[in-house]
Amino acid sequence: MAAEDDNILEVSNLGCIRGDRRLFSGLDLSVSPGTYIQLTGPNGSGKTSLLRILCGLLAPAEGEIKWNGANIRSLGEEYVASVTYLGHRHGVKEELSALENLRITNALNGVEISKERGLAVLKEMGLGGRESLPARLLSEGQRRRVALARLLVCNTTLWLLDEVLTSLDKGAVALVRSLIENHLTGGGIAIVATHQELVLSTGHTKRLELTT
Amino acid sequence: MNAPSLLSMLRWIVWRDLILAWRRRADMLSTAFFFVIVVSLFPLGIGPETQLLRTIAPGVVWVAALLASMLSLGRLFANDYYDGTLEQLLLTPQPLFLVVLGKTLAHWIIAELPLVLIAPLVGVQFDLSSETLKILFVSLLIGTPILSLIGSVGAALTLGLRGGGVLISILVLPLYIPALIFGSGAVEASIMGTNPTPHIYLLGAFAIVSALFSPWAAAAALRISLE
Repeated sequence: MAAEDDNILEVSNLGCIRGDRRLFSGLDLSVSPGTYIQLTGPNGSGKTSLLRILCGLLAPAEGEIKWNGANIRSLGEEYVASVTYLGHRHGVKEELSALENLRITNALNGVEISKERGLAVLKEMGLGGRESLPARLLSEGQRRRVALARLLVCNTTLWLLDEVLTSLDKGAVALVRSLIENHLTGGGIAIVATHQELVLSTGHTKRLELTT
Repeated sequence: MNAPSLLSMLRWIVWRDLILAWRRRADMLSTAFFFVIVVSLFPLGIGPETQLLRTIAPGVVWVAALLASMLSLGRLFANDYYDGTLEQLLLTPQPLFLVVLGKTLAHWIIAELPLVLIAPLVGVQFDLSSETLKILFVSLLIGTPILSLIGSVGAALTLGLRGGGVLISILVLPLYIPALIFGSGAVEASIMGTNPTPHIYLLGAFAIVSALFSPWAAAAALRISLE
């Protein structure tokens, strides 16, 4: 497979139907390491559906997705282990503290972190001093930060981020930008659905616009 | 990436659900109270006719346990579904049946184990002998995991549906019938003075079969519910 080009994610002729509406069809995409894809489009154009298809939660109506040359359906858990998906329901448990959320989510993804490491990560995310508050007492933006803290710990290649910039302040947006930049430098891929322009200083930026 | 052992994953899932349940103790207590109250209403309604009470005791306690588990099953996946943690659980690099098994185990500890422990106490109201109370305890200990296991399939199928609570009862209660028959049968046999062990064995066999199939069925149902 020496002649294989370096596109590790290949999407071909992808189509998505929700209910009786066709959201998109014939979508082709090849992504090489170090690429940032900004996914834009009006509400209801299928950004979330595309990301859910890419992470394997949703089955596409047609087409296929290949990761390192193999269909993601056949890779199963092996593929899931190289993907981090953050949805717009950010998956932070209100009853658990920020630290517990971080540690449990990561442990379930196979990365057990010590309490000290967890505290350091949360501090970096600007949540210092609020680590042991139940997440229900945190603001929306802070909860979003708790969810994003996972990105500092996980060692996955493909990041699928859905509207993660909503309810974040300027400082947090800059933090997310530097997180993604570091990720790209390390050969990662980030596909981000957003309405906010994110200008990165490293990696190749591609734009993918879905239309209704 | 290091391969985490399946057992430690299972432990994390159970641990997570136990913490969450502890932070929402009221939910846990309401199931236990429901069970105690339903079981206690019968002796109060019927009066001190010990012979009749002894006859109906096995059925009453078991039916109350089935109904009490209906109360908690709706929450098995729903809370995680609404805050997005369920889709995160689906995206963890481990077989989904393991996640389901962990959550089912936690559900049993949270919602069913208290009933098993209380049952011998509330059973006293029915004038049961200590030997029969022991059989009641054992039959519930072996039988209640069936309720959690089969219930998890129903909970996964009705996830996100409006009126899911009623639907889950219609779906799951008929599947509980074998557990009800063998479970109350064991207690009845003990009251009649015959050997209850065949019933207990059959109950155990049913528990093993449901442990083998339910997590897979529930996992498949969850995938469909989350699409």
